[in-house]
Amino acid sequence: MSISVPTMGNSAILSVGSYRPKRLVPNSEIVDRIDSNDEWIQQRTGIQSRRIAADDETVITMAQAACESALKRATLTMSDIDTLILATISYPYQAPSAATELINVLGNPKAAAFDISAACAGFCYGVAMASDLVRAGTSKNVLVVGVEKLSDYTDPNDRATAFIFADGAGAVVIGRSDHAGIGPVAWGSDADSRDAILLNPPYTDFKKSPTRGVADLGWPNISQQGQAVYRWAVFTVSKVGLRALEAAGVSVDELGAFIPHQANMRIIESMAKEIKLPSSVVIADDIRVNGNTSAASIPLAMDVLLQAHPELHGELALLIGYGAGLVYAGQVVQLPPAP
Amino acid sequence: MALAQADVLAGLQEIVEEVAGIPAASIEMDKNFTEDLEVDSLSMVEVVVAAEERFGVKIPDEAVTDLVTVGDAVNFIINAAK
Repeated sequence: MSISVPTMGNSAILSVGSYRPKRLVPNSEIVDRIDSNDEWIQQRTGIQSRRIAADDETVITMAQAACESALKRATLTMSDIDTLILATISYPYQAPSAATELINVLGNPKAAAFDISAACAGFCYGVAMASDLVRAGTSKNVLVVGVEKLSDYTDPNDRATAFIFADGAGAVVIGRSDHAGIGPVAWGSDADSRDAILLNPPYTDFKKSPTRGVADLGWPNISQQGQAVYRWAVFTVSKVGLRALEAAGVSVDELGAFIPHQANMRIIESMAKEIKLPSSVVIADDIRVNGNTSAASIPLAMDVLLQAHPELHGELALLIGYGAGLVYAGQVVQLPPAP
Repeated sequence: MALAQADVLAGLQEIVEEVAGIPAASIEMDKNFTEDLEVDSLSMVEVVVAAEERFGVKIPDEAVTDLVTVGDAVNFIINAAK
């Protein structure tokens, strides 16, 4: 008597798609409110502007648009997708999941679907799981979508965060391949530093004190210890990139692109220096124009990078996600072919 | 191992010059990192990490905000190395 299991196969990213909110908010629109200036913001973060969603651009509508774009480019339909993994920290319902609402509006309410909470590392966590699901034969085609409406969880008066966070969605289709298109994940946590990025207070505070509202209790907006996060990202998470490269057996000279989470341009440039990337590697810098979109930032940056550099289709890229937890995940991937 | 103040200052001068491009000669004990030397908060993190490696000490995140002047950093490093 024995249990039958599928033979391990290979996985690859078949396509990428994204959705950016229509409204672009330049630094000049927010500096007065936080008593700051454009030069100060750009010097510390590289951010010139960010995308902010309108009321009718929700977590679901943005994710739907990104997924439909990715499906079209992969020449697949939603009926080909048997699994959807959605990474977010800004879906305003505890349950049912955003993933189940998404498969419903996308037209395949029977697919397996679930949300993951790994903050700015969420997309890379999702890619790792999707790749393993496909390789193991559990899933055939997986949609991995990172989506955030962080403007709902950002204090517009907070001088430390108001200019950083933004909204948007990005998705990839991961399916079977005749060669290894996604390297082993290097992932983990530094949970002893979990206070470095927080969304407080918990919603239950409002139930415990029904007579006190948001004006009194506050709202679970993102707060972060900038120096601690910078130090962790540059000097700890960069090593995750080296681990991912080693696990995939890929040298920095073989990379076409570096697409880390778009947290801060200073972090991205310091990481590239720590990893010793040669000048031939194209470094994603979507944060400059579109801000930090947490779980959505890597697929958003991947899509815009491939549009600006079509020669990167099919080339190798190092992805690294890192954020609240603190959690991180990185992998080497082959960028999807031109649609 | 006890560190001499002059050696720590010289080491910090090299680090700050490397990180922030400020001439070593202008990096004196009484200079304020932010106001006099214009070392911003993120560059300060790079200075601290480089100092940890160079002097073999630990400078925790919560201590960084107390390092207002070059002298504060020199004294912190000397005490941490004792």
